[in-house]
Amino acid sequence: MKNNISANENTADIKKKSFLSDNTREKLRIYWYKFSRNKFSILGLCIVLISIFLAVFAPVIAPYPQHVKEFVDYDKAGLPPCASYIFGTDVFGRDIFTRVIFSFRGALLMSVIVLAIAVPVGVLLGLIAGYYSGTWIDVIIMRITDVFLALPPMILALAIAAVLKPNLTSSMIAVTVMWWPWYTRLVYGMATSLSKEYFVKNAELIGASKPYILFHEILPNCLSPIFTKMALDVGWVILIGAALSFVGLGEQPPTPAFGQMISDGARYMPDLWWMTIFPALAIAFIILGFNFFGDGIRDMLDRGR
Amino acid sequence: MLKYIIKRLFQGIFVVIGISILIFIISRVVPGDPARMALGPRAPQFAVDELRKEMNLDKPLPVQYYYWFKGVIKGDFGKSLNTKRPVITDVKEFLPATLELALLSGFLFIIFATIIGLLSAQYRDTWVDGLTRILSYVGIAIPSFVVAVLLLLIFGYLWPVIPTLGRLSSNITPPPTITGLITVDSLITGNFAAFFDALKHLILPAIALAIGPLFQEARILRSALIDNINKEYISVVTGYGLPKGVIMRKHLLKPSFIPVVSVMGLDFASLMGNAFLVESIFNWPGLSRYGINAMLNKDLNAISAVIIIYGVIFLIVNIIVDLIIAWLDPRIRLGGE
Repeated sequence: MKNNISANENTADIKKKSFLSDNTREKLRIYWYKFSRNKFSILGLCIVLISIFLAVFAPVIAPYPQHVKEFVDYDKAGLPPCASYIFGTDVFGRDIFTRVIFSFRGALLMSVIVLAIAVPVGVLLGLIAGYYSGTWIDVIIMRITDVFLALPPMILALAIAAVLKPNLTSSMIAVTVMWWPWYTRLVYGMATSLSKEYFVKNAELIGASKPYILFHEILPNCLSPIFTKMALDVGWVILIGAALSFVGLGEQPPTPAFGQMISDGARYMPDLWWMTIFPALAIAFIILGFNFFGDGIRDMLDRGR
Repeated sequence: MLKYIIKRLFQGIFVVIGISILIFIISRVVPGDPARMALGPRAPQFAVDELRKEMNLDKPLPVQYYYWFKGVIKGDFGKSLNTKRPVITDVKEFLPATLELALLSGFLFIIFATIIGLLSAQYRDTWVDGLTRILSYVGIAIPSFVVAVLLLLIFGYLWPVIPTLGRLSSNITPPPTITGLITVDSLITGNFAAFFDALKHLILPAIALAIGPLFQEARILRSALIDNINKEYISVVTGYGLPKGVIMRKHLLKPSFIPVVSVMGLDFASLMGNAFLVESIFNWPGLSRYGINAMLNKDLNAISAVIIIYGVIFLIVNIIVDLIIAWLDPRIRLGGE
């Protein structure tokens, strides 16, 4: 019981809206209850909030913000973790902690932009193909989707990033191009079965416009899986982004990125182990966080229970 | 069943054509003039024009695609900019190493996922179960290229008992090429020194690739087993007095493997993607390392070849996965509809 009361306050904290009526309050309370039943979800939420905080306020939090630009200080090069450099310094004397924090920024920015483009495109195509299932529109959209899904995602992303100029924008384009089909397929399945339901038939009979049916009748019923997948996907986008930057197809130095820091550090193993270990731990932290968070969102939106 | 296989193969052909169009678009339309890229920025204009004609680049795109795809079917992917050899020769040289690695790590994760899944279902809610749960989170969180770097650190510097780079030690005579898989070749020719050496070189990259999906699959198997053991039909067959082994094999394991096998198909895709990084870290002379080098040097012919080959491999894997699921699941095998 004590838990519930504090949960209520927390909910209000997280989704702070001043116009909360009793009804929405109650809904939020149920959502929070479902979300927080698994303690890992709360851990995930904390990690997600910390990551966002670090990403947004990176220039303020980082002790040496100038270390993400062209910067060399050979006197301080290769220092092990100590009080003034808690993650140590790299071979150019740059603070690893600062660079890790800025990598959070790049990684989160990447997943936000990738998902902001890939999800609407994928969902829209899935809705259309599902609603017109059995027609040539369905055939064209879904066969193109099949082609994209027929390649291992990482390989397609690498190939697209490779033909473009190596930088953060290219890697975002590459990951976006390979990401939308997963949403198309997800929504397609749901939209196909929903479009046979009576409430959709009803709307058609009344003479509702196609966009109205797609966005007001079908889409709202697909939202839970979409949101769940999005929460889980943030971690995967970060992972693929790290892989791209690991091989040199992502963010270019001196701007830091997780993959690039790990591959740089690997050359100075085992003497300067902190150059590799801390970025690696940071990736693990953020991916794990978004996975737990995504599981929590799934529990929360799951109508079955 | 046969009809199903034929249908899948037929669909597969269309997907491969689709992939080839996609790759063609990526490699021809995006980066500008392939002839100029092949010859370098300082080549004289007439040489570039000549090559353009030779590569059919002066014709409209669909015609270009037709000529290119005709070559691809015959295995002619053009010349590699990097190695200056026909791409197909490179592919023949590097593909076996990748297959060897992928097969071993696939084998590892199937065997160990099964064992660990069974153990954690048997000893559920004990420390065994808890440990696999934690390890499955670790497997999600630590990307395989990081695992590879860490393994390199441990076995390359701290505890050098296993070789970390390449396919075979330099003091071992490689067995004659029969299948191209060194372990298999050396077994066929009875060269056990080479076999064990090759296996030692294989084991670290294979672990780096297998460890991530392994524990997740064990978790999926565990929950499927626990779900199924409480089903009524298990009580029924137990009531009939069937021997425990038969119940275990026929009634419990078989249905529990259905979700595991479908996830394994997906995991194999990510394994193939991760191989690109892991092979370069361990300097493994496979097709993925070749692919990464091609990508870093914008070697378009090689990139297209590698991607089409991976597309075909993934397609075959998917068909195999579907067949295994059909075999496991009578609803599909007997055609439920």
